[in-house]
Amino acid sequence: MKLVDHFETGLDAPICLTWELTYACNLACVHCLSSSGRRDPHELDTAQCRAVIDELQRMQVFYVNIGGGEPTVRSDFWELVRYATDHQVGVKFSTNGVRLTGQRAKWLAGRDYVDVQISLDGATAAVNDAVRGPGSFDTAMRAMRNLADAGFRDFKISVVMTRQNVDQLDDFAAIADSFDAQLRITRLRPSGRGADVWDELHPTAAQQRQLYHWLVAHGEGVLTGDSFFHLNALGSTPLPGLNLCGAGKVVCLIDPIGDVYACPFAIHEQFLAGNVRAPGGFTEVWRNSPLFQDLRRPTSAGTCSSCSHYDSCRGGCMAAKFFTGLPMDGPDPECVQGFGELALATAGAVPKPAADHSRRKPVPLSIGFGQPADRACDTSPLAGMR
Amino acid sequence: MFDPKQPYRCSPRVALRPEPFGALVYDFTTRRLSFLKTEQLARVVATLAEHADVDSTLDTVAVAPSERAAYLHALAGLADAGTIQPREP
Repeated sequence: MKLVDHFETGLDAPICLTWELTYACNLACVHCLSSSGRRDPHELDTAQCRAVIDELQRMQVFYVNIGGGEPTVRSDFWELVRYATDHQVGVKFSTNGVRLTGQRAKWLAGRDYVDVQISLDGATAAVNDAVRGPGSFDTAMRAMRNLADAGFRDFKISVVMTRQNVDQLDDFAAIADSFDAQLRITRLRPSGRGADVWDELHPTAAQQRQLYHWLVAHGEGVLTGDSFFHLNALGSTPLPGLNLCGAGKVVCLIDPIGDVYACPFAIHEQFLAGNVRAPGGFTEVWRNSPLFQDLRRPTSAGTCSSCSHYDSCRGGCMAAKFFTGLPMDGPDPECVQGFGELALATAGAVPKPAADHSRRKPVPLSIGFGQPADRACDTSPLAGMR
Repeated sequence: MFDPKQPYRCSPRVALRPEPFGALVYDFTTRRLSFLKTEQLARVVATLAEHADVDSTLDTVAVAPSERAAYLHALAGLADAGTIQPREP
């Protein structure tokens, strides 16, 4: 059995676990995959978070990708980072940089097992702030300068690729170089508020080709969280990565209230496997939930079975299909062979997001995209791997 | 230089997680994840420190003579990556 086949049938514990600690966020990015903004009153408290960390240690989940919302707005955030890393659970956390002062950067630089990922969706303030909100570019740049000044090497700059920033790829790489940081780019998904802006923000077919060739040229020097495997149908050079959807197999999400979803981009009851507070905890959900068992069974290629590129793209992203109203066993909405567009023309109704924590205020939808929020996180079994 | 006649051990900065295919290896310092693709190789890496040298570890784990060269090659790679390291006899 090949290694990748073991991944298909699921491992005893996830390789890549995303844990969103809060739905609270100081920003309101237009494409926020978790529709964050307001804190959920049922958020796991400090003791419950510690219990999750204890369980991750027992399962030997070596590291977690912590996100939100904006995780650093939790008053116990730094304490939880310390608790995790003291218990052999490494932490990479995603932040917009709002709490990364010079002093905090020094604290981080002095800790093993901690990695930081700053979200940035434009290489210029104009492009970034249109998506992430006014002032967010300056906040991110200040945080990165603080990290670099504190001697924190190889932190990550995480960019969600959009129609507006594909042309800035070289500029992002230059920004990363200037801080001794590493560039990580991920795919925009129509998840959370991303569904509202998908039509305006997702890269065009020409830009997908541009992105593929840029990735091939830059190889393993750029991290992708394995998120662009649908582009593999564009050429004979496969992008580095496992080339599979790891949802429920090697990847999952724990949300702020302890709900476990198949992947960070699939916050919807259809992909809800259980809750860490239920008897048996996370271990029981991971190993025995009917949903995850189901995701680990072989799936049919459906309408893609006659396509000669199926082996390279594997039908693309489950969440992207679901939130654009496409069937699971068919093409990705961004299928590079054009089958996605055909399928979208006859797609069913788009499902409503299950939990919306957006702040309740008028949403200024203007200039193509309007309001702000946060993040992309690791979904990939290859995140952090080469 | 990897020498199978010397004593080795799994690096203290590395954690092994048994899996059906062998083991996941995580290096807490470099944050790199890698794989040991057979259960036998995972047993070799996990028990190196209990034996006088690499050769006797392979004997105890009963690595077939025909596979020995491949195992030594894999272990040399793991030594280069810092997953395993020489130890004091």
